[in-house]
Amino acid sequence: MRTAQAVAWKEIQIYFSSPTAYIVGLIFLALTGFFFTQDLGDPFPEATLTPFFDGAIIVFILLAPALTMRLLAEESKLGTIELLLTSPVRDWEIIIGKYVASLVFFIMLVALSFLYAILLFWFASPDPGPIYAGYLGLILYGSAALSIGLLTSTMTNNQIVSAVVAMGILLALFFADRAFGSVSGKAGEIIGEMGLRGHYDDFARGVIDTTNIFYFVSVIAFFLFLSIRTLESRRWR
Amino acid sequence: MIQAKNLTHFYGPYPAIQDVNFGVRKGEILGFLGPNGAGKTTTMRIITGFVPPSRGQVTLDGFDVVEQSLDARSRVGYLPETVPLYTDMSVNNYLKYMGTLRGMPPGAIKARLGEVIDVCRLGDYRKTQIGKLSKGFRQRVGIAQAIIHQPQVLVLDEPTIGIDPIQVVETRKLIQELGRDQTVVLSSHILPEVSMICDRVLIINEGHIVAEDTPKNLAEGLQGVERLEVEIGGPAAEVLPVLKGIRGVNDVAHSNRDGRHTYTIQAESGQDLRDAISQEVVSNGWSLRGLQMVGMSLEEIFLRLTTQEEL
Repeated sequence: MRTAQAVAWKEIQIYFSSPTAYIVGLIFLALTGFFFTQDLGDPFPEATLTPFFDGAIIVFILLAPALTMRLLAEESKLGTIELLLTSPVRDWEIIIGKYVASLVFFIMLVALSFLYAILLFWFASPDPGPIYAGYLGLILYGSAALSIGLLTSTMTNNQIVSAVVAMGILLALFFADRAFGSVSGKAGEIIGEMGLRGHYDDFARGVIDTTNIFYFVSVIAFFLFLSIRTLESRRWR
Repeated sequence: MIQAKNLTHFYGPYPAIQDVNFGVRKGEILGFLGPNGAGKTTTMRIITGFVPPSRGQVTLDGFDVVEQSLDARSRVGYLPETVPLYTDMSVNNYLKYMGTLRGMPPGAIKARLGEVIDVCRLGDYRKTQIGKLSKGFRQRVGIAQAIIHQPQVLVLDEPTIGIDPIQVVETRKLIQELGRDQTVVLSSHILPEVSMICDRVLIINEGHIVAEDTPKNLAEGLQGVERLEVEIGGPAAEVLPVLKGIRGVNDVAHSNRDGRHTYTIQAESGQDLRDAISQEVVSNGWSLRGLQMVGMSLEEIFLRLTTQEEL
């Protein structure tokens, strides 16, 4: 466990010493700031963070893979994975350590957006329920997106490939609920239920449904499990 | 300390190494000598548990590197050929990180860090970013991370490649010092280097171990040998003494595979015995079914090695 911590700590330090993370942070704040203020320009604005939450998940389709693409792909590219895998460290400790690091950075980004909530509470009296629920949803959604990005980073030594494939998976899951209309019968329902968006929208409306929490936790567990297996399989290639 | 049995590893359909057997005693410095692409790196990757053998088994201190991987791995310090380092970490932080990965408690790392930095002469560069170090210093950092947890086995893949002559001499001295307490396995394609550092040498070529001895014996005894493989249809009991009687033949080994009698002949170098052998076979009324020079002689392998220091 201490080794997982060491891996996480090292990655967090690298996040803060590399430009990628700051660029990601800048783009996140710039875009979500736009979504947040957009509706406030109305003559009768609503004190709500819903536009922010709606926009944030689209932004994270692009940014989550940028945060995770380096994690294992770079180790493979530089060859440092040879020392990592020949150290007495379990594969899951490596994956969990890396995942936690990306999660910590992501949560700090989200925490920066608390500024929007503070502004709302300062100047108006918004309904706090949807804000709490929305943040819970956003963190669950982001955690799922990061686990997907981590898997693609484990599969390749090319960071671009990792990022593009992760974006592809995220986009597919984002649009999966369209399958309700276009694919008939049970298949359409199953594919539709796999969609990230439907499960997220409830949170943004202020509904905390355990089904949705269970959905995101399963997605995270599934992709972390696949990442660990993929890393293990390197030993057999 | 290390036991390797029938190690075979395939990359796709091609064997990188085939049926490699060797053992290393505690405190011994073993050198793998061979031209590039001979299978040295593959062998080292198997010992360190980075790559599993397709067949065969390696044990370190009794622990199987595949089955009891964590136990085996915690006993190894490894310096891969390319010296992979995290270029954006400082020397201090990197060594601390590697120590933690090897399961050292923070107190032990602190105590050991100074020693390792002294041994590898990195004193002035503790806080330098690794990316800014020269190749020679990176090599030292690579060795430092390999010894920080005081492993029982040290595996060094081409530890002196690509660094300048003065550093080469220093590195060799360092390895010899380390070899007093630790078991060291190193690889090299430089003959004098191996002769200088190692207690025992394995010569590996095209995935096979072709010779194993002390550096001194190898240099003296193995010059001037050539090998021929002959398949002869005739009673082995009669063929053997005849072959041995041919002038220039040093030794003959006989093998019988499904009734096909093959003889491997060790001959003095510089002599082409093919005519003499075929005449003997024909005059005895046997049939000559095959006759060929086998693989590379040790001499040729030696020629393909770097036999002189590139100074």
